[in-house]
Amino acid sequence: MNVELLNTLGSVVANATPLVIASIGETITERAGVINLSLNGSLIACAMAGFITARVTGFGGDVNAIDMIASAEAGLAAGLLAAMLVGALIALIIALASIELRLDQVTVGFILTLLMADLAQFLSQEYTRIPGPVVPKWSFPLLQDLPILGPVFFQQNVLVYFSYALVVGVWFWLFRTRPGMAHRAIGERPEAAYARGTNVNRLRYLYVVLGGALVGVAGAAYSLHFKPGLSNPPAMQGDGWIALAIVIFGGWHPFRVVMGAWLFAALRAVSSDIQKNGLVVLGQTIEFNFVLLNGLPWVMLIVTLLLVSSGAIERLLLVLPRPVQRRMRSLLRSDPPRAIGTTFEVE
Amino acid sequence: MRNLSSGPARLAFVLLPVLLSLLLAALLVLSVGREPLEVLQKIWQGAFRNTRSFAGVLNFWIPLSLASVGLYVTFRAGLWNIGIEGQILAGAVFSSWGALTFDFFPPELAPLQLLLQILLGVAGGMLWGGITGVLKIWLGVNEIFGGMALNALAGVWGIYLISGPWYPEGGSAQQSRPFLDQALYPALSRDLPVGMLAIVMTVIALILVPLLMARTRWGLQLKATGNNPRSALLLGVPVGRVAMSAFLVCGALAGIAGSYRVMFTYGSFRPLVAGGIGFLGLLVVLLSTMRPFWIPLITFVFSAILAGSTRLRVSLQLDSSLAGVLQGTLVLVFILFQGLRQRLETRRSELNTEDAPAAASGPGGLLG
Repeated sequence: MNVELLNTLGSVVANATPLVIASIGETITERAGVINLSLNGSLIACAMAGFITARVTGFGGDVNAIDMIASAEAGLAAGLLAAMLVGALIALIIALASIELRLDQVTVGFILTLLMADLAQFLSQEYTRIPGPVVPKWSFPLLQDLPILGPVFFQQNVLVYFSYALVVGVWFWLFRTRPGMAHRAIGERPEAAYARGTNVNRLRYLYVVLGGALVGVAGAAYSLHFKPGLSNPPAMQGDGWIALAIVIFGGWHPFRVVMGAWLFAALRAVSSDIQKNGLVVLGQTIEFNFVLLNGLPWVMLIVTLLLVSSGAIERLLLVLPRPVQRRMRSLLRSDPPRAIGTTFEVE
Repeated sequence: MRNLSSGPARLAFVLLPVLLSLLLAALLVLSVGREPLEVLQKIWQGAFRNTRSFAGVLNFWIPLSLASVGLYVTFRAGLWNIGIEGQILAGAVFSSWGALTFDFFPPELAPLQLLLQILLGVAGGMLWGGITGVLKIWLGVNEIFGGMALNALAGVWGIYLISGPWYPEGGSAQQSRPFLDQALYPALSRDLPVGMLAIVMTVIALILVPLLMARTRWGLQLKATGNNPRSALLLGVPVGRVAMSAFLVCGALAGIAGSYRVMFTYGSFRPLVAGGIGFLGLLVVLLSTMRPFWIPLITFVFSAILAGSTRLRVSLQLDSSLAGVLQGTLVLVFILFQGLRQRLETRRSELNTEDAPAAASGPGGLLG
């Protein structure tokens, strides 16, 4: 395989990492029956908290400093921790509002997404467009030498490896362990879980805050890895919304979720490549205004949601030969956790 | 506070959030080393220093009120019309097309041109709202995600227009060429530059829409659809068509808002013309707890904060996003207090009260 293609695939995997972590975090939250709609604002706020903390810890407090005076590793660790705290705190507000106050999760999440974006912009004005610590590349021993897989997956950095472990770990947790079964149960049938002795609301707190902390990691992954630093408008733009859609597209299943995130990142890579190098099909240079390509991820968002909304899929499946139908159906089905968005109250 | 529904208790649950959010904002301002009172004073001056700055407030109030009253309709129908930003932008694009195309109109026909451009804006907003509606109602794409995607697509479209077809000669790709005078809403006066026609339309919308909602069969059907679509359907309400009408009405109002932004505020087309006004409208309606007579007041206060903060960067080197922080905090704390009050009430009476405000519990079914 040619080196250029492998490089491109490697960068797709690297660029998808924040999306993967955010949408897996949201999967954990939604599997417990709660929607954290604040994702877009949370990511921006966590990127801000992560970068500023990393910068201050790693470079010292002076905003104008260019030289590292403390250790970069300490800065990165502190930044990640701060971002996780902020993400967990925002999620905690949603959990409290939903569980204690019975407020609508969408309402609270939406207010938070706007508020956090503005708050982040307000607090980051002195920190935009300045250098800071970046998560260093670290090739995975042994695995990096694998043909094809090595260059694509294992010549990355710690955050990327963390995202792999996260996907596999969450899948194993949800579908192969007993507490994972309880986790799914509180999102599907909280009454039944309660009858079996599960403390539904306590577990919901746990998973919402955990999911929020992962959103925090994802936010930090933007400012410390994907596009280092802070900018205005923020680098992630509408990625929070895309991550929320990926969770639906992924049918709340970690493996499909990660596929969705990689697909979006690949689409972005293709469109930014065309914007840089032009489009040549069959030796012909095709001319058009490449700005329009920025709309592609959003068109794909609509199309994927169209596909998973059950009606469209069923109609499409009827076109296929019958033996394929059943397999495709189980592959493409996307049923939300039944109790999602509801509150649970002991009668 | 024995009875939480009594006047003083109700008032406390409104005043406390206001004070608390002001306090939080003050702490934030202190944390970046500025004087809260000085910031407040600058915002006040920015809004009410003289008639021109007051016109600035009204120029936010017009589109924000139009958007909010439109969102009141979609909220009534149980819809989260996040796509309103895109509807404003689409209205602005359509109006701008008219403004850039109708150059050949003789100036005597300016009123006709103005009317055509406003109608184009209405069409643009309705188109964008209608797409969201079709996606939601007949194709099962949730309006939050469909709307968000359509917002982004409208944004891409806007950037495409000024970088291509509407690229101004000798200008930069920030905005289209300025519109001719005949393509603009006429200003009331030099000292109070606001579009009188737009104010009239806004006031009519603010009165007429709630009236229609309260007094007509359509309003009743919207309410039934919003409260419980399934039982509404069983009662013979054409739920799909009713929800669609809500999207179209909201889109039309958002389109007028968009037309005002390009045909008065800027006098040219620029891609960021919606500027978060639609999202802010969602916060306004949440804060109004679906009582429409509060909408014009809330939009006025929010507009004053918005207009007052635009100069914070110049006067105090503070980012104008402080306005959004203040508004967002207020709505969040207010909604939390609403929830708290309802919890205390239910706990006290051990009865399920029915008159819980709809917005505090929100429209249902994110994924339905």
